[in-house]
Amino acid sequence: MSLVFAGIVSHAPGITGRAQMGDAGIVQEFHSAFRSLGERLAESRPDALVVVSAEHFANFFMNNMPAFAVGMADHYEGPIEDPAWLGIARTKVPGDAKLSLRLIREIMQTVDVAYAEEWKFDHGIMVPLHFLTPRYDVPVIPVNINCQGPPLTPLHRAWAFGEAIRRAADSLPQRIALVGAGGISHWPATPDSGRINEAWDREFLASWAANDKAAMLSYTDEATYRDAGQGGFEIRAFIAVAAAARGRGTVQHYRPIPIFAVGCTVAAMNIGE
Amino acid sequence: MSLYQMQKFLFDINRDPAVQQRFLVERTQVLSVYDLTLEERDAIIAGDIGLLYVLGANGQLLMHYAALLGMEWSAYIAAMREGVRKYGPVRAGLYSMTTGLEEKVADV
Repeated sequence: MSLVFAGIVSHAPGITGRAQMGDAGIVQEFHSAFRSLGERLAESRPDALVVVSAEHFANFFMNNMPAFAVGMADHYEGPIEDPAWLGIARTKVPGDAKLSLRLIREIMQTVDVAYAEEWKFDHGIMVPLHFLTPRYDVPVIPVNINCQGPPLTPLHRAWAFGEAIRRAADSLPQRIALVGAGGISHWPATPDSGRINEAWDREFLASWAANDKAAMLSYTDEATYRDAGQGGFEIRAFIAVAAAARGRGTVQHYRPIPIFAVGCTVAAMNIGE
Repeated sequence: MSLYQMQKFLFDINRDPAVQQRFLVERTQVLSVYDLTLEERDAIIAGDIGLLYVLGANGQLLMHYAALLGMEWSAYIAAMREGVRKYGPVRAGLYSMTTGLEEKVADV
């Protein structure tokens, strides 16, 4: 049928793993917004959920790093991390290999992607699923954009990839939901963890919500690294969603929560023509 | 290439329960297939998260490895700061420290 839902969310492991260390009211407000987006997602009655995330060496390493990869299996497993550390039980997540194949075939008409018949989910996908589809009752198609090992996927290619996802979704009879998962500015997994550039985040989110392609593609990796940390490279996932949705976004929740290491974000975008 | 090799070890152990089990009982043998400097090898064997951080280990690999070693979040953050205090600034990679040694960004 088409793309029926588009949104973006944070995926930092602290969101679940360090939930008890945050201010209870602030955490609850964010978690509620996250779950509400899941309810909206369910209302769109998706046959499959494509999660575009930036993974963290759960599957892909610098021996063979794809710029883009798409999962093509009937089931996945996660989290790869210690479940107690992440606060999410290890589970089997349904996929849809045939649907993946059809999506990938169409995407490949314009963007070269790697496919993967094995894929272990890390927090990059498990944290979003924990809130959006907590019963794991929607088949998931995992997607990775290389935001970790330089040379990174160029931003304009992330945009082209989003366009290809949209074209592929629209060519299928199934109803496809799309979620981009990542951080905006953050310095994760370092002693700086908790540093957040709120002004930078708000500027990026405004460009995202306006679907301002030129503004979103204007960031250089050097400037992003300086102003938004290595975590800022994950804007690629959000950019791909904007390119696919072609609509205008609404930010339901944005608030820096330092113990979660990120400006915690929940946003949806309407599907444009 | 040795930073690559050190990170390859972290990648392997983080994602493969069989490597985790073997590493518990025969650390040296597991490490023998990686082309590591003595400093890297000793840091892994000692579980010296601070030194691995300073040597340039990608934080996303190191964070999961520290969790595997049973380190709580605040202990992990403290270990990296201690590494910089002891061995100097991060020597390679993208995960350098930009805050002060006494700065507790998220109160940990």
